[in-house]
Parts: sequence; structure tokens; C-alpha cells
Amino acid sequence: MGEFTIKMPDVGEGVAEAELVEWHVKTGDPVREDMVIAAVMTDKATVEIPSPVSGTVTWLAGEVGDRIAVKAPLVRIETSGDVGASESAAFSQPQPAEPMKVEAPKPAAKAPASAIPPPASPAQKPLAAPSVRLFARESGVDLRQVQGTGPAGRILREDVEQFLNQGAAPVSVRAGLAKKTATEEIKLTGLRRRIAEKMVLSTSRIPHITYVEEVDMTALEELRGTMNADRKADHPKLTVLPFLMRALVKAISEQPDVNATFDDDAGIITRYSAVHIGIATQTPAGLTVPVVRHAEARGIFDCAVEMNRLAGAARSGTATRDELSGSTITISSLGALGGIVSTPVINHPEVAIIGVNKIATRPVWDGTQFVPRKMMNLSSSFDHRIIDGWDAATFVQRIRTLLETPALIFIEG
Amino acid sequence: MKEIVCKLLVIGAGPGGYVCAIRAGQLGIDTVIVEAGKPGGTCLTVGCIPSKALIHAAEEFDAAQRMLAGKNPMGIRVEGASIDLARTIAWKDGIVGRLTSGVSGLLQRARVKIVHGRAHFRDGKTVEVETETGQQIIRAETVVIATGSDPVELPNLPFGGRVISSTEALSLGELPKNLVVVGGGYIGLELGTAFAKMGCQVTVVEAMQQVLPQYDADLVRPVTRKLSERGIRVLTGAKAIGLSDTGEGLVIETPEGRQQTLAADRILVTVGRRPRTAGSGLEELDLDRAGPYLRIDDRCRTSMRGIYAIGDVTGEPMLAHRAMAQGEMVAEIVAGRKRAWDKRCIPAICFTDPEIVSAGLSPAEARAQGYDIRTGQFPFSANGRAMTMLSEEGFVRVVARADTNLVLGLQAVGAGVSELSAAFALAIEMGARLEDIAGTIHAHPTRSEAVMEAALKALGNALHM
Repeated sequence: MGEFTIKMPDVGEGVAEAELVEWHVKTGDPVREDMVIAAVMTDKATVEIPSPVSGTVTWLAGEVGDRIAVKAPLVRIETSGDVGASESAAFSQPQPAEPMKVEAPKPAAKAPASAIPPPASPAQKPLAAPSVRLFARESGVDLRQVQGTGPAGRILREDVEQFLNQGAAPVSVRAGLAKKTATEEIKLTGLRRRIAEKMVLSTSRIPHITYVEEVDMTALEELRGTMNADRKADHPKLTVLPFLMRALVKAISEQPDVNATFDDDAGIITRYSAVHIGIATQTPAGLTVPVVRHAEARGIFDCAVEMNRLAGAARSGTATRDELSGSTITISSLGALGGIVSTPVINHPEVAIIGVNKIATRPVWDGTQFVPRKMMNLSSSFDHRIIDGWDAATFVQRIRTLLETPALIFIEG
Repeated sequence: MKEIVCKLLVIGAGPGGYVCAIRAGQLGIDTVIVEAGKPGGTCLTVGCIPSKALIHAAEEFDAAQRMLAGKNPMGIRVEGASIDLARTIAWKDGIVGRLTSGVSGLLQRARVKIVHGRAHFRDGKTVEVETETGQQIIRAETVVIATGSDPVELPNLPFGGRVISSTEALSLGELPKNLVVVGGGYIGLELGTAFAKMGCQVTVVEAMQQVLPQYDADLVRPVTRKLSERGIRVLTGAKAIGLSDTGEGLVIETPEGRQQTLAADRILVTVGRRPRTAGSGLEELDLDRAGPYLRIDDRCRTSMRGIYAIGDVTGEPMLAHRAMAQGEMVAEIVAGRKRAWDKRCIPAICFTDPEIVSAGLSPAEARAQGYDIRTGQFPFSANGRAMTMLSEEGFVRVVARADTNLVLGLQAVGAGVSELSAAFALAIEMGARLEDIAGTIHAHPTRSEAVMEAALKALGNALHM
């Protein structure tokens, strides 16, 4: 018998501590070699920690939400063999970070609920043709719950459709009005805690100035429509964002002070010749900001491809740390949800964030009459310590000019 | 060399891997496939396809031989027949070449990048490939392991010299005089029969009591009858001990425990295949195993996130069409579609003489699973088409639930029955009842009428019996 201590690994991000976000074992549990015992979160990624030995868990370092220092004991495991007899530091040798699996935190799985009576013989595979099985799978229907009306109890497509309709029908009658007193405490962990900390940092340290201007997007929308209709097979469909990204690059070349980070402790502003645009992206776990690197070196389709790829990676939790850090300016778009104005919070330590609101057709007075124009608001915040109101307005007006006369975006130099 | 970064990396371009890569490419996934040999894997280069070419050539030669004797009832007389094995092999190689270049073309059309070389895992997301021009690093979000399998080597009869595997048997320069086949599974019997037809003296040594042990005795009987008619000696319950002292024969132990030496200028060892997991860095990844195979779930996921495995490396049945279906499924899963393995049957075929085909449950398997069953069996001796083709041996058998007549299994043995596999599998996947098969018009005169007749017989009203 021996005791094996697993220490918090150095997850290779230069961080001194990591937060426990999930225990996969509890004291007394048997563990197998390579079984994942815990998940810890560093800057934005979750790292799963496997056990290097088999045995029984005798001690855990803390609870979910606790921060554990790198190299501090994390788990103790009693091993049955004689191999792990030494008081050993599992990760004290340089340990490559690769074998660990990186993932974004998973949203809690919803338990499937169903009021349908179980079928006659659940042990047998449901009887259905391959096309019906595929239809059920894509519709999220468990065929074992469906009563087949075909010969020999075969489940027909119609049976699945009927099951779906049933499921959509209201399950219970509407209850009367009643007082509710229950409360629920939810511990702030993982990505949510990260977001909270970041927001406090940004809003407590940075005096924001937010400036809103409306932009006539009619010409750009026409151009976008044409480009989408004529695009090559391997080109993605363009949204407004790639145009905005290119306009940002152009405006930044004239006003490099907005493409910067501010280390307020050291009192140093770092301006960048590269434009790394963070794209605020909603994922199942919460807000993340994947970064389109070197937008200045990307054409409009390239911007779109990279943005789509990163958004997909962020949503599926496969984005790497490199893809989630290093932005020099950020775009936040809530346009899809509507809304006319937002007050975006700057992504610390950056100094500017550009918020996109919804495009809406509004009447605009052209001097003689009202004409319908496609209007969009840009709500942008700047770090007022670094960027004066005049400069902020100049920058936004420049972007407005570029978006209203989109040909300017494509002029070289 | 510049690192390749991709969404999907497929290791191995056998039937599982190349299908996976093509489908992924079609779905717009940025895909790279790594293959050390030719695309097509075991199936196209040293398995299904070349063996079928050789079997067909042997059958044609055998038919000519029988006409030579002038004894055939059709009245055909042939003067002189010979076979030039070198040309047979060259013809076979031509077919393999056409198919492998076809696969390359399909991969290219699907915009799959092909990297030639042996892949070695550095970690779960990174693979090194030793190519002719140096080391290539590939990083991928998702990796599919489709490394396939190798023939199993017997410790007392290592490959080399006279002792060959199926791979060498498919490219022999000249016909051996005496061929001993160790292992009476389908690979051994298919090749053994082909070599016997080409003129070799063939002996089959099988440790079990029956050749083709995974099939029931009724299905195997027509095959063993043909083997003995052809002069192929079958020694069941016999063990291969090793080469004789002179190195020119094979020592075996008979069921009675006596040692005996069989003359053999070639010893073909076909005792199964094992997954190819060594030497690719898979050991370090330490994926969960199921026996020697990689353990997968119903979505072909291994124990490590982002790593899938398909085909022979995941275990039995080691069949190309299973690997292809897995490959297609995994590509669609990677593309975000909802898919899971929900196949009801994987048909299996022995290209022996006569052929055996089976889909779903045999009568014994159905009973073992607790079904009350009815079966129907219809012999080809009562089938007109079989008579006109001089091959009346064998039958079609259907197994159905006694209560609902739901078809649980279909088997057949007879000439050319491999082509019935499509109808068998379709009936089972669609959830057909006996009445569905019996109520479908089967074209006359064909062997497939026996399928309808077997269903009618199970229902108690066969027409032609």
C-alpha cells in the first residue's frame, strides 16, 4: 500500500493558481489510471486532470470554486500496488501540457423528461427503417419512447411526427397565481466568475466615455447583397462584421492611439502596428472573446472565414488559449437581438470597444422628403484617460464615413 | 516543414479512413488523411479486392479444366488449358492500381489533403508523419484512428521463407506444389480453394472441430463437401506445431495426439487479424482498450475527447463495409450532425465455393436471445436458374419471430449468393416481416426467387416444394 499525491499541474500559462471547477471523484472513490479526477480553470480554458495511478481517493484539496496554487497537493490516492509507494509528486517532472484535454465548461445537461408510458419491451432495439431512425435522431426523439403503429409494431415516420406534436403540446394546465418563496444559491464558478472579475476590473479602473452615432448602411447593405450573390463557392456569406473589421483597420491606421493597451499600474501605453480584433461571442457557458489576429493582413473574406472558425471553436469549447487572448481592440455585436443603444464595457487592458446595434429601416429627411434608409447605430466606449472625447468622436465619425461609402474601405493605401 | 493545421485528421486510408475523409471533405470540413502505403488499405491492396480477383481467375481456370475432361453435361469440349500465374497476378495488380488511383482521385475531388508517410502521435491533437521529404507535423481538432489490422503471426510459425500470410499469398511468383493452410476461417478457405483450383495440392489445418467455426453446420456443409470433392484435405481438431527439422514440411498434432509431418513448399497462416496499434504512439495516448482493440462507444468515440476510432482497430467484425459505415458516420458527427451507430445488421460473406452469406441472427443465435422463432429453408436444387447454371448446391434460410413474423436473420449458401446480401440487409434494416418478402415479386428465373420461397415456406405455404 502506498500514498500518491497528485499536485496541481503547471498548466503552462504562467499562472500561479487555478480554480477548481469540477470534481469527478470524491473521497473514498476508486480511481483508475488516466481517469479524469478534476477539472481546473485557468484564464479562459478548462483543463482536465487525469490520475497517473490507480487506487482509492483519500483526500481532496478543496471544494469547487476554490483556488489551488500550482504545485500544491490536489488529491491524495491510496494505491494498492507497491509501485506508487513513495510520497510522489506526480507532476513535479516537467509535464507536457498536451495530454490534458482542454474544453470550455459544459452547461449542465438537462435531464430528459417525458410523460409517455414506456414501451412494451425496452430491451429490444426499436423497430424502424433507417430513414425513420435518422429522422428521429435529428428531431431528438428517443425511438424507445415511441409507439409503433406499423406491421409488427414497426415505427413509422408518422409515429415520430405524432410523438413530436404530442411533446410540443402543453403538458399541464395553467396553475393559478400563487406566492413563491423559494430561493436558490448558485456558487459563482468557472467562466462566470472569470467574466465577473473581468467586468469589475474594466468598470472600476477604466473611466468610460461612450459615444453613439447612427450610420446609414444602405450602400453597404447593397454592396454586401451583391458580394454575397456573386461569391465563389468557397467563400462564406458575409455579415456586416467583416466590413466593420476592415473599416476599423483603415481608421486605426489614421488614429493608432485607439489600437492600444494601457498598463495603468506601470503607466505605460502600448500601441500596436498589428490589429488583433476581439469578437465578443456568446457561448453556452458565457461570454468569450476569440481574437481574429492580424486583421490588417486579411481580406474581407479572410476576415469572415477566420471569424466564423473562431466563433465555432469558441462555441464548441475547442478554442485554444492563444485564440482567446491577445486582442488589441474589440467588437461587440448585439445587433441580432435588436436594441438601439448599448454601453459596451472595454475589454481591459484595451482602450476601445466598438458596439454594433441592429440595422433598421428608418425614415430619413434628405432635405426635401423622407426616404427609407437602412440605419444602424454604433455604440462605442473608450478609455477616457487615454482617448479624449474629441478623438473618440473623430474615430467613430471616420468609421461612419467608411461604412457609408464602402468603396473607401477597399481603396488601397 | 511547415506545420499543417486542420479540423479533421484521418490516420489510415483504408476503406474506413478514406470514406470518412471523403465524406468530411464533402461536408466542407478541412480534412487531412495520412497513409503509409497506397490509399485503399488492406481491402484494396492486399485483401478483399485482390483475393476476389484471384478467386475468380481460379474459378475460370477450373471451369476450363472441367471442360477439358469432356465430362461436362453441357457438351462443351476444350483442348488444353493452362494458367500463367504471373499474368494472373499482373491482371490483379492492374485492378488494384485502378481502384487505388480512383480512391486518390475521390479524395482530391473532396479537397482532402493526402500526406504520405507513417503517422506517430505526439499527443492527442498532434501527429508527426515521416514523409519522404522530412518530418511533417499535423495539428488537428479531431483525429480519427483508422489504422486497420495485420495478419496474426503464430509464435511457433513466424512469417518468412515458406511461411506466408495472406498478403504474400496474393502475390506469389509461382504456384506452390503443396500448400498447407493453417487456419480454416474464411480467408484460409477462400485462398486455399483458389490455389487448389489452380492446381496446388492443398491441406487445411484447423484447430476447431469445424472449418468456418463462426457459421452453423448447415451452412458450412456444402462448402466442406466441395472441399473434399476438390481433393482438399481438411484436418480439423489439428494443431500446427512448427516447421519440420529439414524445414521442408509442417509438423502438426492430430486430434489423437500423434505428430505428423505434412509436405509443404508454402505454409499459409490465416489464423485471424490483430489491430494495428503498435508503433504509432497510441501506447502513450493510453486510450481505453476492449481486449486488444480500441474501445469505442456508439459514436466511435474513444476514451479521449476529440479522438475517434473506426474499422479493424476497433474489433470484430473486421469488415470493410463496417469500417466504411463507421467512417461516414464519424465524418457527419464531426460536421455537427446528430448520428449514432444504430445499424441492425452487418452482413458477412465467405467467398468460398460455394459462397456463404449471412445477415442478422442465425436460428441458434435467435433462440439464444430468447426469441421464439420460425424458420424457412429453400434449396437451390428446386430453383430453375440454379439448375441452368449447373450449381444446385446450397439453400436460402430465413429466421423470423414466431409471434410477429419479423425477420431476424437471413442466410444462404450457394453459387453467387454474395449478391443476395443487399436484399438480406435491406429486409432487416427496414424491419420486414415474412409477408413483406413473400409478397414482393421476385423476378423469374433468378436465384433470388429462393429468398421469396424461403419466406413462403416459413409461413407454411411454399409454392415450389
